[in-house]
Amino acid sequence: MAENELCKLTAHEIAFLVRSKQVTCREVAEAFLGRVSSLDEKVRAYVTITEDLALSQSDALDKKIASGDELPPLAGVPWAIKDNMCTRGVLTTCSSKILYNYKPVYDATVVRKVVESGGIIIGKTNLDEFAMGSSTENSAFFTTRNPWDLDRVPGGSSGGSAAAVAADLAALALGSDTGGSIRQPAAFCGVVGMKPTYGRVSRYGLIAFASSLDQIGPFAKDVTDCALAMSVISGRDPMDSTSLDVPVPDYTKSLVPDVKGIKIGVPVEFFAQGVSPEIVELVWRAVEAFSVLGAEYKETSMPMVDYGLATYYIIAPAECSSNLARYDGVRYGLRSSDSPDPLTMFRKTREEGFGPEVKQRIMAGTYALSAGYYDAYYLKAQKVRTLIRQDFDKLFEEFDVLITPTTPTAAFKIGERTGDPFAMKLNDVCTIPASMAGIPAISVPCGFADGLPVGMQIMGKPLDEATIMRVAFAFEQATTFHKQKPKL
Amino acid sequence: MKLTKEELSRIAFLARLELSEEEIVTLGGYLNRLLESFEKLKELDTENIEPTSHTVPVCNVFRDDEVTPSLSREDVLANAPAQAEGTFEVPRIVET
Repeated sequence: MAENELCKLTAHEIAFLVRSKQVTCREVAEAFLGRVSSLDEKVRAYVTITEDLALSQSDALDKKIASGDELPPLAGVPWAIKDNMCTRGVLTTCSSKILYNYKPVYDATVVRKVVESGGIIIGKTNLDEFAMGSSTENSAFFTTRNPWDLDRVPGGSSGGSAAAVAADLAALALGSDTGGSIRQPAAFCGVVGMKPTYGRVSRYGLIAFASSLDQIGPFAKDVTDCALAMSVISGRDPMDSTSLDVPVPDYTKSLVPDVKGIKIGVPVEFFAQGVSPEIVELVWRAVEAFSVLGAEYKETSMPMVDYGLATYYIIAPAECSSNLARYDGVRYGLRSSDSPDPLTMFRKTREEGFGPEVKQRIMAGTYALSAGYYDAYYLKAQKVRTLIRQDFDKLFEEFDVLITPTTPTAAFKIGERTGDPFAMKLNDVCTIPASMAGIPAISVPCGFADGLPVGMQIMGKPLDEATIMRVAFAFEQATTFHKQKPKL
Repeated sequence: MKLTKEELSRIAFLARLELSEEEIVTLGGYLNRLLESFEKLKELDTENIEPTSHTVPVCNVFRDDEVTPSLSREDVLANAPAQAEGTFEVPRIVET
């Protein structure tokens, strides 16, 4: 099979070819590394390409195959990992100058699980510095390009992972989502992206941004691959006490094109947040398609959506200001050469190491948590968060899933919004509520606006990723949006 | 309410950031706009609402008190910007 044809396959197709000995893992790894070396100059999805690692992992798998050993479930599937997840001995930068030379001495639990599932790691992907942003333009290194239009952003913060999957530079990828950082770039790049329930996936080894919101999830070319990836990464981990000790269902059982009797709620407020008319129309068309497939839908209301952004921009910066206090030049990463005493070392290191967006958020968060302001900001925001959760709980008494647009617009041009941080933040208005409530949500392709992919968000009950994927799978089976590829 | 330059400098000090004059000015403009956008939350009566710090019902996670292998001293120091005698080396803290 020609190299580029192999790269265009889904993860489950690659795993099948490997298992049935039609290709070797080495051939898969070489095909992807070859495509990365010729195409990533254009897309710039990767911060680090782990060629040696990928080849040694694939050789080890091929040896197993040759000796007839039992194969792990996704043997030979090439993955990309967002560069805020620790990989032992491999640079993990968070796309920040302050971690420009950081080589973790341990693997994140999700990375270990990916390797144990037979994954081949192709590289570490670009992000907005410390996952703070919606376009990868806040990366300290470079901006990733949207494979559908290289003048546009891939979304963010997990833009590198989304672009890698969309451009066939990896079959699967891991991202992290704090306010939409998986779903928004998935929508912009025309791929599937899932934020699982808070606590479903271990965050041990994920470099923390906002601890009460951060969650790891997959990017995939279709819902089947998403289900397989979720089966790999989900589950309780003693190293992360926030991970939930609950059974993980067999997500492949969700892959049935049957939504009969499923009740879909369509909260109208999500369509009123400056959402472009084309996107409103595409998402409604998708909702109506479900009625043909046997599901029922009804318009409903979620008034608290209007308070999501303000709540997020208190809670996330507050938690980030605390989490990023660890970057002080003592134990890892950058240390300013101008460090005559410890206090100057801390301040100069942080001044030189952090970019403008990170500094803004640290300042906002430090202020919100400082003496005299805690009740007015952080505590107030946490109370509003309860109200948001209550809105969801009420809707989920009536509905199995909620469907909304993932983003108000399709991918915007590089540079178009960098001057106005508020315009940038509006992008997350549809994804933030699910993050606030800790509920699972997926973005799946639902059409194109002026040649750019559009995503539909499906939100579900806590821990009910299975129903979300069943609904998404039924839609995917009835449409061909996920099969379209950018021309590169 | 608006943040003054003095307040911004105080917050920067608390955050252990050393901001340039220019950064203070641009950041201040942004922060003041951000604080204004938070005013919207005042529309909501949250008097009798419990705060949510954690969206899933987990509390007091314990493990058995058993010794297990952990990182070696070498590993822990592997990324240190400066080290001496098996420790992190930092600028002098105690005056002699």
